[in-house]
Amino acid sequence: MKLAVVVQRYGQAINGGAELHARYIAERLARHADVEVLTTCATDYVTWRNELPAGVEKVNGIPVRRFQVTHEREPFAFGRKSERVFRQQHSVDDELEWIDAEGPTSPALIEHLGRHAAGYDYCLFFSYRYYHAFHGSRAVPTRAILVPTAERDEAIGLSIFAPIFRGVRALMYNSPEERVMIEAVAGNQHVPGVVVGVGSDVPANPQPNRFRQKYDLREPFAIYVGRIDENKGCKELFDFFLAYTKNRTAQLTLVLIGNSLLPIPQHPRIRHLGFVDDTDKFDAMAAADVLMMPSYFESLSMVALEAWALGRPVIANAKCDVLKGQCIRSNAGLYYETYPEFFETLHAVEHNSWLNGVLGRNGRQYFHAHYDWSVIDRKYLDMFARLSKEPATHTMEPLPGWMERRRRTVPASESTLATLPVGAAINATRRAGEPAEGRRRA
Amino acid sequence: MADFNVRSDSVDVEQVMEQIRARIREKRGVDYTEQQIRELAEVKLEKFLDPRGVRSDLLQQFRKLQAAKPYTVPLYPFEESTLFDSHRPIVRFFRRLFKPILKLVFNANALSQSLHQQSEINQQTVERLERLETPLYYELLHNLVVEFTRATIELKNTKMRVESLASRLEFNERRARALESVVVYKADEPPVASERPANRAFSDRGSSDRGSADSGARFQPDHRANRAGDVRPAAEPTSSGAAVSGAPAVARPEGGSAPGSSAAPFPAEGPGQRSRRRRRRRGRRGGASAVATMGGGSGVQPQESAGAAEPSAHDESPDEATSSESMSPVEDARDSRPESFENAFGVAAHPAEPQPATAEDATAQSAQPRVAPDTPDADGQ
Repeated sequence: MKLAVVVQRYGQAINGGAELHARYIAERLARHADVEVLTTCATDYVTWRNELPAGVEKVNGIPVRRFQVTHEREPFAFGRKSERVFRQQHSVDDELEWIDAEGPTSPALIEHLGRHAAGYDYCLFFSYRYYHAFHGSRAVPTRAILVPTAERDEAIGLSIFAPIFRGVRALMYNSPEERVMIEAVAGNQHVPGVVVGVGSDVPANPQPNRFRQKYDLREPFAIYVGRIDENKGCKELFDFFLAYTKNRTAQLTLVLIGNSLLPIPQHPRIRHLGFVDDTDKFDAMAAADVLMMPSYFESLSMVALEAWALGRPVIANAKCDVLKGQCIRSNAGLYYETYPEFFETLHAVEHNSWLNGVLGRNGRQYFHAHYDWSVIDRKYLDMFARLSKEPATHTMEPLPGWMERRRRTVPASESTLATLPVGAAINATRRAGEPAEGRRRA
Repeated sequence: MADFNVRSDSVDVEQVMEQIRARIREKRGVDYTEQQIRELAEVKLEKFLDPRGVRSDLLQQFRKLQAAKPYTVPLYPFEESTLFDSHRPIVRFFRRLFKPILKLVFNANALSQSLHQQSEINQQTVERLERLETPLYYELLHNLVVEFTRATIELKNTKMRVESLASRLEFNERRARALESVVVYKADEPPVASERPANRAFSDRGSSDRGSADSGARFQPDHRANRAGDVRPAAEPTSSGAAVSGAPAVARPEGGSAPGSSAAPFPAEGPGQRSRRRRRRRGRRGGASAVATMGGGSGVQPQESAGAAEPSAHDESPDEATSSESMSPVEDARDSRPESFENAFGVAAHPAEPQPATAEDATAQSAQPRVAPDTPDADGQ
């Protein structure tokens, strides 16, 4: 079996969520199939500037074929187009222009796919919203398996993506919430799909004391791992945590790991360690009392899964349906929407060691039951086997005609987004042949 | 927050979150939801904006201004293609056809970009102005009323909580005072305790560690106890207190004349009255500090004994003795000791009750009429 993993960026140093996800999956599937990665020469997700040479190279033993990006993203034009398609009534043509402006525009990659489609059994496309996934799925619809990594943002409401969700051979969802959202926007219940997610190579024996000694951290602490950005909810986290520290009983320090795009408050109980390697990251998570996940939009939080794998509870932002759903399904995390809830949840996890321990234990069990690599591998292989047995029953809908594309009748995507179901998908129904990811008690 | 009702090996996150929310509601003091508070606030706002209450047309003005659209001129959005757009397809086709040629003549992109920016600025300006005008005031007023409502509710709850705490504090103080006096009597009452049911238990418990060496130092409470001890149930007449104090004390039955006395009985009064009177006196004097109380134990005994040996000091009442020029701070401290459990609750009479210090005094007092003890100025103060 030959597989193509098609992703916007690829490399050992690229740590974006979907890109890392793609790399993990490619490396795992390489044990069972012949895997080739198709990607661009870009490393920067804002500009898509060509920084790596085009051609084939090997990354961790996986052949990676890179293609040039024809033009960089122009932030001004992209912002303007985004404004139009998100907020105003627009046309399909506007949406196509938007995806072209978003990038990474690489017609060569699409051309290669079209030309060598027969050489691949299946093509795994990561991140539905980018140029490569949209045009690539259209180029090889009968072989396309989409890993949407969809978040609850305006892009999901664009009309051009619904036919993609309906036209690919299969979808590998990250969470039940993502599945419910995509099914609501596209009505693609007939398309084979499974909630998979991704595993993680968590070390069996992390060394929390090593981390404490290295960074001179003696006190108990909560940890945040990831890009420190307002879009990730970090500003709210800082505000809430600073208010929390005013309480006399609060002893926790907040440790931040990751690159910062946001000014970090100068406070003795907020420590920013910057970017650290995986060893330190896992040591830190093992040493922490709790992992904070303040993000509003996530399709799957790998960091939360890693914390659970290490037996640490998570406190998540309940405004993110996926995180809230994960906390409820796993019984391994608490969630907050307001400051009083933030205070009480953090206070509970800090001072109630019994609760802390049970949540952590639940998390570990949840991770091993649903996100262990053997489980992930099996879900992918089962899907390939299923698709090889079942013929494709649906086709990709063609794009509208020249005139139709230019009719400004498409509603603003934010209005479409507002109609989508909200909340954690606790009672989401299971499809036939799909393993349960239901609620469990420790 | 550390305590949850979930105390098994399993945990249900939704249940924990329910408890957390319940706790938050409890902390807020009232089980009002955000929506309810807003509704309450809106009611108040309407009241506040009632034309009869504030200004004749304030409410109408607000409503009118909210309903009215201040800017009727439509904003013209300028996009990339606006320059070459047309409602006629043929014109639009030709314009787009000749667009590259036109671009050779002048920089259409810059023009389009700047006009787009201008339209954005116009839009923002309009929005800002709309925000800054009446809706802002209305919103501000509304938020103020919401917060005021919340604060009022919290204040009410806080008041109730303060009242509850105050009553609890008062109760605790009384209990602590009673317990302190119990501890004092526990160690200091060897022989008399056998005659007083309330004190017997304490003296029994404390008798094992009561040495002869410190008996002098602890004698003072016994002396007081002797004086208080002469108040006992009427069915239990005794006069054994004199043997303990070393001074001839007279047993005076409650509400009656002393045995052997022929006439002039004390006016009948209950233990509660005596206790109340004693408290009044203490209030006039002012209480001594705890340090003085605790530290005065050893120094009291000699002066107390001396005082007891002076008949004149007891002619009127012990309080007069303490209020005389011979009164020392130590004595004052002694008198302001915590009252005993029995005294505090009126079970027993207080040692500061007017009584004869000696048998002769008792005889003399029984022979002449006395000032009624419950007269306000009976103790000369």
